[in-house]
Amino acid sequence: MAKMTKEEVIEVAHLARLAITDEEAEHFADQLEAITNAMDLLSELDTENVEPTTHVLQMVNVLREDKSIPGLDRDLVMKNVKEHEGGQVKVPTILE
Amino acid sequence: MSLVEKTAAQLQEMIHTKEITIAEMTEKAFDRIEALEPKVDAFLALNKERATQLAKEMDSVPFAERGPLFGLPIGVKDNIVTEGLVTTASSRILEGFNPIYDATVVDKLRAAGMVTVGKLNMDEFAMGSSNENSYYKKTKNPWNLETVPGGSSGGSAAAVASGQVPFSLGSDTGGSIRQPAAFCGVVGMKPTYGRVSRFGLIAYASSLDQIGPITRTVKDNALLLNAISGYDDKDSTSAKVEVPDFTAALTGDIAGLRIGVPKEYFAEGVSEAAKQAVLAALKVLEERGAICEEISLSHSKYALATYYILASSEASSNLSRFDGIRYGYRTEKAGSLLEFYMNTRSEGFGDEVKRRIMLGTYALSSGYYDAYYKKAQKVRTLIKKDFDDAFEKYDVIIGPTTPTPAFKIGEIIDDPLTMYANDILTIPVNLAGVPAISIPCGFDNGLPLGLQIIGKHFDEETVYRVADVYEQATDFHKKTPKTWEGAAQ
Repeated sequence: MAKMTKEEVIEVAHLARLAITDEEAEHFADQLEAITNAMDLLSELDTENVEPTTHVLQMVNVLREDKSIPGLDRDLVMKNVKEHEGGQVKVPTILE
Repeated sequence: MSLVEKTAAQLQEMIHTKEITIAEMTEKAFDRIEALEPKVDAFLALNKERATQLAKEMDSVPFAERGPLFGLPIGVKDNIVTEGLVTTASSRILEGFNPIYDATVVDKLRAAGMVTVGKLNMDEFAMGSSNENSYYKKTKNPWNLETVPGGSSGGSAAAVASGQVPFSLGSDTGGSIRQPAAFCGVVGMKPTYGRVSRFGLIAYASSLDQIGPITRTVKDNALLLNAISGYDDKDSTSAKVEVPDFTAALTGDIAGLRIGVPKEYFAEGVSEAAKQAVLAALKVLEERGAICEEISLSHSKYALATYYILASSEASSNLSRFDGIRYGYRTEKAGSLLEFYMNTRSEGFGDEVKRRIMLGTYALSSGYYDAYYKKAQKVRTLIKKDFDDAFEKYDVIIGPTTPTPAFKIGEIIDDPLTMYANDILTIPVNLAGVPAISIPCGFDNGLPLGLQIIGKHFDEETVYRVADVYEQATDFHKKTPKTWEGAAQ
């Protein structure tokens, strides 16, 4: 694994919607490089013919009948929303 | 004997003989919490008013309608949502969040008649092995207040170890119940994946997370697992399997039982004290008729890397829901919508959470998906197969829970890789989805050590049976920390 650069950290942080300063990026780059280097241990294993495990148990979809049921109570939900008006959540301007 | 040293059965007996009422027991629990909290810092929120009211009402319920846990106090890890009781997962991003429904396990606690006394501290979003990653406070290990209680369920383990509550719930993604249970000298069980509903558990890594009980004795642990297990159609990963009475498995008979002892669990990095304590425990079990043989779980050394890739990847996805719009913390530094998201998340998440989100985003990004995420999924198959093969021949697998006892607060917090290595013996269990328990098995310089007993999928019964035989033969679980002295009983 190539060294994880400060630029890569800034790019990844942006994708993850995290604002980070230059100084933080450098700090995280050092740590993430050490961590990804440790992860590279896996490359010594030949897994060509191994099936990936996405789940340890046999999974089946859980489906319910297609009929309308009441959702969460709107007034209750709004108690945790910082800004709302007329039963709607307020967000910063999206389109100028 | 003080109230805090009693088992569920002894407490029920006291209630039944009218030696104590449920209301008095609840009051005593809060007295003890108030006396010890300044030292231990295990709780994030207390439910005093509602719990006191509930306890009073419960005293009038006829004895015939009560189960074995009726009226007993319990603490709940703060990543399990509780209606009307602030739930933060120890993160600033959920500061003041007041859930509008209960997790399924909380519904089940209520159905069993348990009294939820409060919410317990943890590493932020269950990411950590020391409890130092909580935004709110650092919980201390009751055995030595300068050391960590372990994590991420450190508050849950410390609250039981200090006798603040006889029962608590934790969650275990890579060892988060077993490692703190080992560090604090209590009994902690990670059930089979799918045994306990995850509905209402704030997700960290969905394919690994599992809620489980922390108690002072094996039997109490089995009682609590009885109460919280079962299929739940609100959780698509919940297993439709029968739930036996786990306490019925405590027969005391392990004659002829086959125990596999993985040589990799005694490798470099595992302290001499931990090795010796486990070897002595195996001898105790052999004396009672078990047959111990050395085995190899050959892919163990790849578990840590596999875990951090998979868990971080799932975390990066799960934590994308925290954007400041619908609940929780919201930045004051508004701007565009993108700036709003980025500022909210940067101010709301701590460093360890950011580190794992970034690692996960990186592992899932198009250039690295095959090299990291897909590769780790394949290695997970090999790790699971190691266990499947071993369980063809053996009933349980036994080793140490952690390489060392609790370390000092601040000692390794700046060294993520050393911190991650703490979970090296617990992580393979989560990757394979099997159940495992940690029970006290000795001390190193006054700090507890844990014995880990691992079972087949959905065979918690055998795990409990072995744990109970060992507990009956030893008295490590009866030792109490000095922190107890002088506190309300």
